[in-house]
Amino acid sequence: MMTDSIAVHCENLIKRYNDTQAVNQISLDVKTGEILALLGPSGCGKTTTLRLIAGFEKPDSGRIIIGERVVADSITFVPPEKRGIGMVFQDHALFPHLTVFDNVAFGLRGKTKTEIRSIVGEMLHMVGLLSFSKRYPHELSGGERQRVALARALAPKPVLVLMDEPFSSLDADLRTEVREHVRRILKTIQATVVFVTHDQEEALYMGDRLAVLQKGHLEQIGTPEEIFHESTTRFVAEFIGDSDFLKGKIVKGGIQTEIGLIKQLVDLPLATQVEIALRPDDIDFQIDGSGNSLIIERFFRGAFNLYRLRLDSGQILHAFTEHTRILPVGARVQAHVNTDHSLNIFSA
Amino acid sequence: MTPILWGFSILVVIAILLPITYLIIRVMGAGSDAWQGLLRPQMFETIARTAWLAIAVTTVSAFIAVPIAWLTVRTDLPFRKMWAILTPLPLVIPSYVGGYLFASAFGPRGLLQQLLETLFGVTRLPEIYGFPGAMLVLTLLSYPYILLSTRAALSKLDPSLEEASRSLGYGNWSTFWRVTLPLLRPALGAGSLLVALYVLRDFGVVAIMRYSTFTRAIYVSYTSFDRSQAALLSLVVVLVTLVFLFIETRTLSRTKYFQIGTGQARPPALIQLGYWRLPALLFCVTVVFASLILPSGLLIYWLIRGLRAGEVIPSLGLIAWNSISASAIGAIVILLAAIPVVILIVRRPNKATLLLHRITYSTFALPGVVIALALVFFGANHAPWLYQTFPMLLLAYGILFLPQAMGAVRTTLLQISPNVEEAARSLGRHPVQVFFSVTLPLLKSGLIAGASLVFLTIMKELPATLILAPIGFKTLATSIWSAVSEAFFAQAAAPALLIVLMSSLPMAYFILNEKNVE
Repeated sequence: MMTDSIAVHCENLIKRYNDTQAVNQISLDVKTGEILALLGPSGCGKTTTLRLIAGFEKPDSGRIIIGERVVADSITFVPPEKRGIGMVFQDHALFPHLTVFDNVAFGLRGKTKTEIRSIVGEMLHMVGLLSFSKRYPHELSGGERQRVALARALAPKPVLVLMDEPFSSLDADLRTEVREHVRRILKTIQATVVFVTHDQEEALYMGDRLAVLQKGHLEQIGTPEEIFHESTTRFVAEFIGDSDFLKGKIVKGGIQTEIGLIKQLVDLPLATQVEIALRPDDIDFQIDGSGNSLIIERFFRGAFNLYRLRLDSGQILHAFTEHTRILPVGARVQAHVNTDHSLNIFSA
Repeated sequence: MTPILWGFSILVVIAILLPITYLIIRVMGAGSDAWQGLLRPQMFETIARTAWLAIAVTTVSAFIAVPIAWLTVRTDLPFRKMWAILTPLPLVIPSYVGGYLFASAFGPRGLLQQLLETLFGVTRLPEIYGFPGAMLVLTLLSYPYILLSTRAALSKLDPSLEEASRSLGYGNWSTFWRVTLPLLRPALGAGSLLVALYVLRDFGVVAIMRYSTFTRAIYVSYTSFDRSQAALLSLVVVLVTLVFLFIETRTLSRTKYFQIGTGQARPPALIQLGYWRLPALLFCVTVVFASLILPSGLLIYWLIRGLRAGEVIPSLGLIAWNSISASAIGAIVILLAAIPVVILIVRRPNKATLLLHRITYSTFALPGVVIALALVFFGANHAPWLYQTFPMLLLAYGILFLPQAMGAVRTTLLQISPNVEEAARSLGRHPVQVFFSVTLPLLKSGLIAGASLVFLTIMKELPATLILAPIGFKTLATSIWSAVSEAFFAQAAAPALLIVLMSSLPMAYFILNEKNVE
């Protein structure tokens, strides 16, 4: 259950390594009980942000509050072991010298043997690995290691769970299955989670909210729907959903473009030059000998076809069609925008 | 090709195993009288002394090496890089040189006592001969084995394992004990085993410090013509070595599971030492002073004193030439013997070649004294014409250092893809032509490395040379030995310096290469 209370508060975080500005003025809040996905290309600062929250890195400036407590600012620095976090690492980082049971029990300090046995049992039961407790990490598959890592991080009942690309070391088919399982567990125990990924599909699936980062900047933070449909920056529109950008001009009633008038309510003065982010599902086309574009490639994607179209200006657009609709490369077609929702528009 | 390689390899195996096997059979069949020797109190004392020395040296070495490894890899210790380069350097000091320098300084009537007598009238120092001296010198010379192995393991350690422990509520200190140290255990075990074998094999230090472990007891029995006792002692050493090797294979097989996880590219953050910076620095200074600066200083002191007194051995040139030529011939012969065996082992991996590998490798841990003694026995009874000839000495070197040569060749050959050789075959070359036109040129660097390593090791070798060298054939090592046994410390300085400089070459090469890689 999500509440409006704030579990983590980051304020103007800055972290430099030598010459590179890994994290530049990032401010964000994580609500109690929500899963926040930090999303961006490699080197965007998402992992550094996570490690700042965990306490593995010290911010150059800025402030981090977990719960009610300031854990990092210009005078305070609480080391990771005192922050009450649970972390799941990219390579799982299971202790190779300990059994599954001892790995999960590792963070349970000051508890009696009976308590430890019951908590570890509960955790292993939750991730479905109760019968594996005597095994060593090298005897587990990738997916099983992933679940042990999660159980180990959750066992001490952390106030905050941090996950660094937790699924990236798994095979593609396994990944979907494991992340469904993991999301269900996290939601069952109402964990507050910050999780890092470079995979937009994973972020959309896992995240209650997404924070998109680029070059150390926070580009946009919001629900998956907001990020997708109301991208505030061109980078976000491009990164999420693979947009093409079509040039246009504001006219009465919409935007005039190479593929005709696109009806949109736009709060911009007439004659402003703009770019419209168009995703493959926004475009449709019909065979038309005097149409505005050519089919230059078709990719069969199983459930649908992805066509690559070239307008006469050289502009490229992508379009999805149903999987049965197969048209020859080289055919001339008439492309048009086929959507009711509002489009993301940026001043050129 | 394969039958020829096998024929040759079997010859090598026979040459390597014959003397030792002969020794074992002779002792076993010597009758109950000889076996009584096993029950003599001297035997128990020797076993106890050797074990006690090995345990003490290994333990103290670990307490020196693990902190240094951790400090130089993981903390913000001042001049970290410099300490990382200096601390392994004592490896280049042969044990008898180390023993000689410490005995000359701290022995009765040694430098320290003389100095203290002039200043304060001190006439007696605590005894250095015996256990304390042997332990001190062996520790200072052999801790680098543990240092290098733990350091390698530590720098390969996945930093997220320690971070995981931190995120689960443990601070730096408990993380070290609960995660880092257990993960270093295999490396620590491997390094400790090397140190223990070093102690078991060592002749120079224990002989100079007059502490009768096996090697010294064997040598003393041999020189006092109690050959059956020497043989019996040797047999016990062979058995002890086998136990050690068994432990080694056990540790190696158990280390497998420590290698899961890819290890991240992210270098771990350096741990801030804070108030501990000064004690840590003092610790490194002390170790480097005792193990490196003090011996070098003493060596230079004796050299200058020897030069002033005109005590430098007049025939140094001849002696150096003897050392160099014996080592060069030995290196070439051993390498030539190693090549076919290694090709067979690497290119035809099966159970038989695995056994060949094990057998040819097995002699590496045996003390030179034992090998020499086995050859003396064999020669005296079956090949008197070989006894105290140069070929016999070469055979001893071969038994002792073939594993080393094979290691160097094997590493290089493993890096040459068999596809390259197969490509040459597919282009119409005969296997022998392939070897000379493709394999050998590619092996060149490995062969040169292996040959120089064997060359230097032979040059440093003392006990086998001492026992087997033809009469009148003096080398740098044996002339240091004879000078030191008669307490002519200044005379030993020049050959000792030559040997130390020579053995520093591969270390310098190694350090320079490591820098290039960075």
